[in-house]
Amino acid sequence: MKLLVCVKQVPDMESRFKPDSRGVWFSETDLAWRMNEYDEYAVEEAVKLREQLGESCELTVLSIGPDRVGEVIKKALAMGADRAVHVQDLDAAGKDPWQIASIIAGYAKEQSYDIIFTGMQSQDRGSAQVGVLVAELLGFTCATTLVGFAFADGVITAKRELEGGLKGVAKLQIPAVVTCQLGLNIPRYPTLPNIMKAKRKEIAAIPVTELLKEEPLAATTSFHPPAKKGGGVVLEGDVGELVEKVIAILKDKTAVLR
Amino acid sequence: MKTLLIGEYREGRLLESTYELLGFAQALGADSSLFIVAREDQLPAFAGKLYLADAAAAGEYNPDLHRELIFQAVEQEQPDYIVFLHSSYGWDLAPRVAAKLKIAQVSEISAITAGEFEVGCCNAKMRRSVKPATEKAVLTIQAGAFPVLQPGGSPQIRKLTASLSSNLEFVGYEPAEAKDVDLAKAEVIVTAGRGIGKKENVPVIHALAKALGGELGASRPVVDAGWVEHSHQVGTTGQTVSPKLYIACGVSGAIQHLAGMKKSDFIIAINKDKDAPIGEVADVLVVADVMQFVPAMTAKLGR
Ligand SMILES: Cc1cc2nc3c(=O)[nH]c(=O)nc-3n(C[C@H](O)[C@H](O)[C@H](O)COP(=O)(O)OP(=O)(O)OC[C@H]3O[C@@H](n4cnc5c(N)ncnc54)[C@H](O)[C@@H]3O)c2cc1C
Repeated sequence: MKLLVCVKQVPDMESRFKPDSRGVWFSETDLAWRMNEYDEYAVEEAVKLREQLGESCELTVLSIGPDRVGEVIKKALAMGADRAVHVQDLDAAGKDPWQIASIIAGYAKEQSYDIIFTGMQSQDRGSAQVGVLVAELLGFTCATTLVGFAFADGVITAKRELEGGLKGVAKLQIPAVVTCQLGLNIPRYPTLPNIMKAKRKEIAAIPVTELLKEEPLAATTSFHPPAKKGGGVVLEGDVGELVEKVIAILKDKTAVLR
Repeated sequence: MKTLLIGEYREGRLLESTYELLGFAQALGADSSLFIVAREDQLPAFAGKLYLADAAAAGEYNPDLHRELIFQAVEQEQPDYIVFLHSSYGWDLAPRVAAKLKIAQVSEISAITAGEFEVGCCNAKMRRSVKPATEKAVLTIQAGAFPVLQPGGSPQIRKLTASLSSNLEFVGYEPAEAKDVDLAKAEVIVTAGRGIGKKENVPVIHALAKALGGELGASRPVVDAGWVEHSHQVGTTGQTVSPKLYIACGVSGAIQHLAGMKKSDFIIAINKDKDAPIGEVADVLVVADVMQFVPAMTAKLGR
């Protein structure tokens, strides 16, 4: 069995975002980076399956981006992936989901993977398209938003999360792509020995130009903060005073303290 | 301009959210026809053209087949935009249709400004304006962003059928877990978000809820991490609430959380980040460390 997990590096969402010089995405100055949260669940699920299947199975992690994405690749290797592919691209953030999916599919089509794991969406872009597009490009079966995954006798049992707590169960033949939702599992923290071991694992570098043959299908024309709705009060300062102010507001504006 | 709107039907019923698609089409100033896989006794109240595939034959979740059915409707209708809800049905199916037609997809549109589509990004903190580079495009719209428009009337039906062998087989639904608290009845909800830091801090948030005679709520990561039971989760995949007072403690204000609580009468948010999107719906944003502020407030109320 050959497994692939695709991971994206995203900024910490508590950062302050400012437009870049083109005004179409964020400036990278002063950002801290981490693995896209949804992808952490994808890596964990892939590693669990790799452990279930044992030595006959190989798990590759793939990430697209500049040198800094080496950090998320190393994290996935330390979590248990066997090897890595770094698609080197200085302008990954300028590509649309169709191009990103084409790059992944361009690499994967030569590799005959059985199962490809992705996050259901990225935290920064949030398009929720790449995993499904990869499946379509490769002609793989696909299910999105997994909160349950099991594999036995060549068949995936996928539990999809629907609205309001309802779930939908489907069986998928492989080869398949599954996109992972928050809460699918509890992603592990890499241990020190595994971090050391990961340093010896292979990271193949491929320039993006070797894989990308597609033009974008959509363009971002502006990146900006939301229009301020106004109305709300912002309180800052000493905690004791803040408590006094909030209690005064509750007495004035709500009936809960009367 | 022509839109083909993809309605939703689940567990034998038309979903009300289908009417948000009509609200979107009106905001766009477009003519619309609808596509739905449903049963004939559950048709949308709409006087236009309806492409209908029978749910008994096509299944409620059979994305490969539904993609082919939508493709047939697209061939007949030649719409400029094919519009889905950004829902578990829509985000699963929309990229399949976009890939088949090799056209742009713009996901989770929350507004239309000057002919361009506005979408949220960076966990709802920022916005992007997006323009398809293809003549036709697939769009998904954010839940609750466009008004429900229920025009009434009965549709002119065009039946569609297709058969296709798929490598995906839908097995069935699993109901939501039984609730041990009914948050919908609570007058005050104090919600623990990831910003509380650790499980051991949950009782501190719960204590404030009790001091106010209310219930404990939770954001999704707090539930996923096992700090609080799912029955306390507020949001699209939890409960929808509208208490007299909602206090969000260390909650960033992602759209899926806001969808569950923005109708609350009065909202107070405690967050160390002044730019957190929860500020957009909060009546009062207290910029503070939640673990300092909350115990101080509980103590003050106790006196
Ligand atoms: C299909 C789907 C369905 C979803 N359904 C739901 C749902 O039903 N409910 C839900 O809640 N989410 C849901 N989510 C997840 C949602 O997108 C967000 O990831 C989630 O709401 C974030 O939770 P949070 O605000 O607690 O955490 P975060 O986004 O991590 O925010 C933590 C906040 O705490 C603040 N903070 C940190 N430390 C402190 C401190 N010491 N003092 C004060 N503030 C601090 C930070 O500034 C930040 O704003 C769903 C997602 C998807 C894709």
